[in-house]
Amino acid sequence: MVSIDLLLNAVVAGILIGGFYAAVSLGISVVFGLLDIANIAHPLFVITGSYFTFYLNSNFGLDPILVGLILMPLFFVIGNIVYQSYYHFFEKQGAEPLRGLVFFFGVLFLIEVSIIITFGVDYQLVEAAYLGESLNLGIVNVSYRLFIPFLVGVLLTTGLHFFFAKTFYGRAIMGVSQDSLALSLMGADPVRIKSVAFGIGIATASMAGALLVMILPIEPALGREYIGRVFAVAVLGGLGSVKGALFAAIILGIAESLTATYFGAAWSSGVSFGFLLLVLAVRPAGLFGR
Amino acid sequence: MLLFLGAFLITQNFHNQYYYLAAFTVLQYIILSQGWNILGGYTGYVNFGTGAFFGVGAYTSAMIVKTFKIGKSAPFLELPILFIAGGLVAALLGLGLGYLTMRIKGIYFSISTLALAFVTVTIILNIDALGGATGLYIIRPRKIPFFTNYMEFLFLVMVALSIFAVAFARYIENSWIGRGLSAVRDDEDAAECTGVPVLKLKVFATMASSTLMGVAGAAYPYFVTFLEPISTVSLDVGVNSLAMPLIGGTSTWAGPLVGAVLLGIIQQIALVTLSPEYSLLVIGILLVSFVILAPEGIVGLFRKFRASLKK
Amino acid sequence: MKLLKRFRIQNIVGFLMGSIFISGLFAPSVYAAEPLKIGLGMALTGGLAAAGKPAKLSIEIWRDDVNKNGGIMGRPVEIIVYDDQTKPSNVPAIYGKLLDVDKVDFVVSGYGTNLIVPAMPIVMDRNMVFMTLFGLAANEKFEYENYFQIMPSGPNPLTDWSEGFFKLASEQNPKPKTIAILAADSEFALNTAKGARMNSKKYGFEIVYDGKYPPGTPDFTPIVRAIKAKNPDIFYVGSYPPGSVGIVKAAKEIDLSPKMIGGGMVGLQYTSIQMNLGKTLNGIVNYWFWAPEPTMKFTGIEAFLSKYQSEAVKYKYDPLGYYLPPFAYAYVQLLGKAIEGAQSFEQQKVADYIRNNAIDTVVGKVSFGKNGEWAKSRALQVQLQNIQGNSIDEFNRAGKMIVLHPEEVKSGNLIYPFPGWQ
Repeated sequence: MVSIDLLLNAVVAGILIGGFYAAVSLGISVVFGLLDIANIAHPLFVITGSYFTFYLNSNFGLDPILVGLILMPLFFVIGNIVYQSYYHFFEKQGAEPLRGLVFFFGVLFLIEVSIIITFGVDYQLVEAAYLGESLNLGIVNVSYRLFIPFLVGVLLTTGLHFFFAKTFYGRAIMGVSQDSLALSLMGADPVRIKSVAFGIGIATASMAGALLVMILPIEPALGREYIGRVFAVAVLGGLGSVKGALFAAIILGIAESLTATYFGAAWSSGVSFGFLLLVLAVRPAGLFGR
Repeated sequence: MLLFLGAFLITQNFHNQYYYLAAFTVLQYIILSQGWNILGGYTGYVNFGTGAFFGVGAYTSAMIVKTFKIGKSAPFLELPILFIAGGLVAALLGLGLGYLTMRIKGIYFSISTLALAFVTVTIILNIDALGGATGLYIIRPRKIPFFTNYMEFLFLVMVALSIFAVAFARYIENSWIGRGLSAVRDDEDAAECTGVPVLKLKVFATMASSTLMGVAGAAYPYFVTFLEPISTVSLDVGVNSLAMPLIGGTSTWAGPLVGAVLLGIIQQIALVTLSPEYSLLVIGILLVSFVILAPEGIVGLFRKFRASLKK
Repeated sequence: MKLLKRFRIQNIVGFLMGSIFISGLFAPSVYAAEPLKIGLGMALTGGLAAAGKPAKLSIEIWRDDVNKNGGIMGRPVEIIVYDDQTKPSNVPAIYGKLLDVDKVDFVVSGYGTNLIVPAMPIVMDRNMVFMTLFGLAANEKFEYENYFQIMPSGPNPLTDWSEGFFKLASEQNPKPKTIAILAADSEFALNTAKGARMNSKKYGFEIVYDGKYPPGTPDFTPIVRAIKAKNPDIFYVGSYPPGSVGIVKAAKEIDLSPKMIGGGMVGLQYTSIQMNLGKTLNGIVNYWFWAPEPTMKFTGIEAFLSKYQSEAVKYKYDPLGYYLPPFAYAYVQLLGKAIEGAQSFEQQKVADYIRNNAIDTVVGKVSFGKNGEWAKSRALQVQLQNIQGNSIDEFNRAGKMIVLHPEEVKSGNLIYPFPGWQ
């Protein structure tokens, strides 16, 4: 009886954390998958979102989710600017993507330094009334601290999924990743569309940041710890597939949670990366790749 | 040879420890970036997981030091044994990576090397004999004949290894292997069709690359005296050994050398001169501006400059 | 032609190699009234910066205090700090620079075992005094005689660390029987867990769960639930700040309430985390370094803290600074007093003085024993009590962090069993 209880709870915990992983990896999946840009600095944008959230929450008492929403347009603009400069210096010159990678490593350092200078190095957290509560559903126990990030993560993914599938701009972005020449022949400006896509990718980081700081205390160097995991999710899900990222994130979450419950948490990150290696060796396009 | 003799004379006459310690890191990165470039530059497979090979080399050598204690009876033999062992074990891991290159390409390959680094960390963390997260202490000999300090001897050995790494990369580049590798980089299928032994070459390149990384790692335990997986198999090693060839230029052996020397020295200087935030800031700005201003690396810039002089 | 090309590239390399040598040769060599130079590397960026920056501030406060009173034996103190970026591979070169280029008179260590050990060979080569800041059993392999470590863990660091926790548990009636041990997969936490295992054996507790978790774990509910399934009487945790917060929150959410909880959680001493957790902290028993209790008012500590606190606000450091800062002040203060006590700047004489004398510092009277650890452990066990809310005023006064162990600084009694989460 106890074991079923444990199993069920482990699966639920995995699903919940998976929703959060999805939110963090979404930006990578969009930018990397559709635009072919490996934005290694993405986790740092997430941490920036966390710090803004912390600042507005502790000084004005704003709800973290609300802050995440408010910041999205700002992050969208930032993403736009980053892409424009990336385009100007690299894509336009026909430089290899590898150079772009080093560029984003540089951006990663710059963001980290700016955070240290602006917010200091102390650990920070946010407060909200519902964060300490939890929901009891019979044998399954769900805390709002993890449930809300899960919910927001799922909403964000679904929203983006429909945006790409149904709207004009969304389809244009999907189009640009497949054949940008055809698109420009049709009179659409691929650069503008790409910068919108990049902006969207970065905008998800502000929400992901808000979710992160609800779950854990943050510090400036934390971003680096997430680099591996977010790329794992994005690749596992199949680059460019928003839906795939969500499922991959949940699978990864469940795998980690089951390992932590039954074999000890020490192996859980090894399990998820081992899983990734295995999938790549067998099916390089990812689990849900096109 | 001349360089080596020069380095030997320096160790005999000049005893300021700082320069040996700082130079050690720079030399280590010369070996690492030459290793990286054989696979990344010549063949076009971008490896993020240099740290894994470096770490495997470091742990192999640390375990040998701990188990066999060769240093006591044969101080001059010890380091070569460590390097060979470190290189060999890393080459084995490279063989596994070679298998991956058969299946996956481009950015997927890069991500799997990243995953490889994380798996390596997890495995080391969970093997108690390797010290796990508590780490391993490797106490280096305090004295060695002919040198006033062990560090000077280690420095000299690193100079020799760096010369070897550069010569090795240069040899590959100028031989048929290098031409084959660049054919693989430009178009794998076309190369296959024209009779280039693509598979063999790729496995050779991954193994050569990882051997050099393992060798660089094998010297590391005596340098830090304390091995711990997270800082040993770190992303920093991966980033540096990728950024250095890129800054220098990936198409020739001179690129990684120039990149490693330049970036390595700038990092060492920034470490002890600038206030902490600003040293990170400077390195970030340098990375960004180098890739923007010198798309073919410094060597490329240099060539362009000479070409324009000729006109 | 080809030769020419190669020649030029080698020229560049040679030039660059040369420039590092030259830049070093022209490093500061101007002397003004023979200052006493003390050098160190400290984690000012990277993972340990949250501790390293306040430590640097504390050292600078000491320098100013000393210089206001005429320096040490008439020489003004100068501190040279480099950032080791929390990377062990940076440490050897930093100490090489300090000793061979900056020609400092004394060196002290950076923060934490990982960043202390890489400096050891260089320091040992020259037989220098090495005052170190929070290395856990770092000298056991080297057995270097001039190593002195300021963390009050005691002569047997691994077990002394949690001795108080287990002694308290064993004194309860009925005596708890089972224990669960969970540790972060990091050097410090694993060592405390190792000590906890040894102490469990000594005091006769049965270990029903023994696990570790990787740093970066975002969600602790699966782990905590697995522990709850074992229903232990005691839950001993060795964790780093993100994990400490995650574990406390998860334990509260799924209501894991053993009879005693805590032990080796890093982070609960940080003011920002305390203010976030607030009432949730009540009842946790944990190691501590300094608390504003009447039994802990050593000479100079309050003057130091008020200086620290007024500075810390400016830089957004930990606003109260009860964790590391007093000890960061103390380890240089102790060095300074030893130089004056020995009336000498000679390394060996200063080391001998530290070895043979009890020295008064802001963290109490310190004397050293085996392997340069405190001769007698003063690892505190503190229980958080009477916390009403989340304001900073909850944490800056007596009566909140009750010192239970050791006896000579005890300020209150343990509430047992754990009263449940609030």
